[in-house]
Amino acid sequence: MSPLDWVTLALLVAGCGFFLAGTVGILRFPDLLTRLHALTKADNLGLGLLVVGLSLQAESLAVVIKLVLVWLLAMVVGSCSAYLVARHALREAPER
Amino acid sequence: MYFAVAVFLLLTLLGGLVRILRGPTRGDRMLAAQLFGSTGVAILVLLAEARDLAALRDVALAFVLLAPVNAAMFVQAFRQPPRHGAGTS
Repeated sequence: MSPLDWVTLALLVAGCGFFLAGTVGILRFPDLLTRLHALTKADNLGLGLLVVGLSLQAESLAVVIKLVLVWLLAMVVGSCSAYLVARHALREAPER
Repeated sequence: MYFAVAVFLLLTLLGGLVRILRGPTRGDRMLAAQLFGSTGVAILVLLAEARDLAALRDVALAFVLLAPVNAAMFVQAFRQPPRHGAGTS
């Protein structure tokens, strides 16, 4: 394997570590709002590392642009969904 | 290599789905369903590289764009009117 493949593998493993951390957070955090944090922050960072690793292996610039677009949209979309769910949860049970 | 990572992410996703079973509130179940928007997209992008199928990247894009529709429908379906002093609507 070339050095580029090693760098890709390292980035993929790091991304997987973040995904695992996000899922553990979803399972173990005490509250809905903290679980939302685990979902949006950790998973999107893991996806970003994955995208960077795969961009190194991509065959054309169009593929890289599409991958980066997927990642950016995932971040925006994740934030919107988290905000909607959190606002709904606060309406159901307003915190002090 | 990509398949091993994709299988690992699939196991992670399945682990997160446990929250759908256990989650005390509806919001917990919804956020576990949102996992598909992030982890599912990661699996698709990996498989697109492993199988050399560029179409899977477009599928990943569609997944990402449909995830907030999911959340918005959930919030709209279970909408509660804002209570007194619960903040701005």
